Amino acid sequence: MLNISPRLEPPDLQLVHQRIKDTIAVLGNFKRLRDPERKRKDYLDLLRHDLANYYNYNDYLMQKFTDLFDIKELIEFLEANEVERPVTIRTNTLKSRRRDLAQALINRGVNLDPIGEWSKVGLIVFDSPVPIGATPEYLAGHYMLQGASSMLPVMALAAQPNEKVLDMCSAPGGKTTYIAALMKNTGMIVANDVNKERCKALTANIHRLGVVNTIVCSENGRQFPKIVGGFDRVLLDAPCSGTGVISKDASVKSNKVEKDILRCSHIQKELLLSAIDSVDARSSTGGYIVYCTCSIMVEEDEWVVDYALKRRSVKLVSTGLEFGREGFTKFKERRFHPTLKLTRRYYPHEHNMDGFFVAKFKKLSNLIPAKEGVYCRKAKAIIFTFTLY
Amino acid sequence: MRPLTAEETKTFFEKLAKYISPENIKLLLDRPDASYCFRLHKDRVFYASEKIMLTANNFARKELVSFGTCFGKFTKTGKFRLYMTALDYLAPYAQFKVWVKPNGEQSFLYGNHVLKSHLGRITDSTSKYQGVIVMSMSDVPLGFGVSAKSTQECRRADPSSIVTFHQADVGEYLRTEETLL
Ligand SMILES: C[S@@+](CC[C@H](N)C(=O)[O-])C[C@H]1O[C@@H](n2cnc3c(N)ncnc32)[C@H](O)[C@@H]1O
Repeated sequence: MLNISPRLEPPDLQLVHQRIKDTIAVLGNFKRLRDPERKRKDYLDLLRHDLANYYNYNDYLMQKFTDLFDIKELIEFLEANEVERPVTIRTNTLKSRRRDLAQALINRGVNLDPIGEWSKVGLIVFDSPVPIGATPEYLAGHYMLQGASSMLPVMALAAQPNEKVLDMCSAPGGKTTYIAALMKNTGMIVANDVNKERCKALTANIHRLGVVNTIVCSENGRQFPKIVGGFDRVLLDAPCSGTGVISKDASVKSNKVEKDILRCSHIQKELLLSAIDSVDARSSTGGYIVYCTCSIMVEEDEWVVDYALKRRSVKLVSTGLEFGREGFTKFKERRFHPTLKLTRRYYPHEHNMDGFFVAKFKKLSNLIPAKEGVYCRKAKAIIFTFTLY
Repeated sequence: MRPLTAEETKTFFEKLAKYISPENIKLLLDRPDASYCFRLHKDRVFYASEKIMLTANNFARKELVSFGTCFGKFTKTGKFRLYMTALDYLAPYAQFKVWVKPNGEQSFLYGNHVLKSHLGRITDSTSKYQGVIVMSMSDVPLGFGVSAKSTQECRRADPSSIVTFHQADVGEYLRTEETLL
């Protein structure tokens, strides 16, 4: 029978691993394998503790992931975080075509393939005898090194030629330069990032890729639309806790605690309202906002979107993306607007790309509801007051 | 941001004229698609459509990083230094070009001069000390420089001699991304 105490500390990884397997086995056939003295919760607590130990997560994060996934999927997720995602690149159609780029790289001995049915511009690089971020084609701006999941929100945004687009948190410009390519370098993009250091890489990427329709500025996103507004579309690729990209930055495993997640969530809500306010609902071609994060925390995703739905005159629309899991409409004690099923979640273990969240809004009116259903005592009715911003 | 002074315009256009003809410089400003302009911002010259320039004007000087395309920068001594970021506008109009063989690409992209042994082709009638665009054999612009030898002289030059002095190359996107803009 599985000995669930004493807790193993400091970790003897092999022992911990064995006990994880044993605990999972017990949970899988609880009636027969359990110790009658122990409750299911005892086993689950032990498992969570051992998984945190084995994979180096803090207890808080492991609890959060346990809330998101059942045990089988949790293990798949944790394992996926231990391996790197494939190297992927995006053809810069302002300067090249995917077929030509692929041929040029194949001539340099690079082994690659199209990224998948869903993209006409992405390539997956299996191996390369030359540094893929330093080939003459790279330096000449024929492609961008870009994670697969980071292409999705740009496809969802679907900016049209001649539009005016805001990329609110844009450095180092992977998405900005893709937006510019879809707009065929016409119209105007405002590429903003509060971090001046990161704006250098952003500016370099814009120039390298031959993007000419862009203004780079370094404001706090909340300053929009005060500085400039009336955009046809806004992309908000918000700063986040990075729980979707643990394979890239393992420090997240131990660093991020509840107050970090809540702080991100707070900033995200503020930025999202600014993003919405920056769009002109009367745009003849657009009126859309895409919100995305590389976090899979509900607090940074559905919760933020639900918050905006309650405070602004917007509705969720289909992202137009062919794959991805539906966003949560309820999560633990939280209930979200039913249309949250139109949002999309991406997971490293399921899609072999960074964990990601994408939501697309259509703005319905430039009027801002003053307060969510202000209750008027005298009239005993719920009235909505509208104010012009 | 402000328009260039007459003096600055002169210095700037003289630099451009080393690579593209005055008629083509005029073409940059008289475009059929929209009106375009050059503007000075933090010592740098930016080229953008009027529409983009006007929107860029909404940002405080400190917060505006870039707009349209940066062509280069005025030095403290009032000279104009052309950046590789201008390459996309220079290459299509350039009168004189040199093509480097694949074995010479890396060397040039690390900031070295072009050697005769790396030279694939050179525009006929290139004179000595002429501004030239450096291309790969597959016609990808890699940077620009100044001819160290005329086309005639190149023919007779020995393999280790310099044929093009390096001025700027796209390898700077990796080497000097930090200081560039
Ligand atoms: C997820 S990254 C953006 C990546 C970028 N969109 C790309 O595809 O290359 C988030 C960015 O938000 C910026 N940021 C954080 N807080 C901000 C704020 N209040 N306003 C504007 N940008 C902010 C960060 O500097 C960071 O570069």
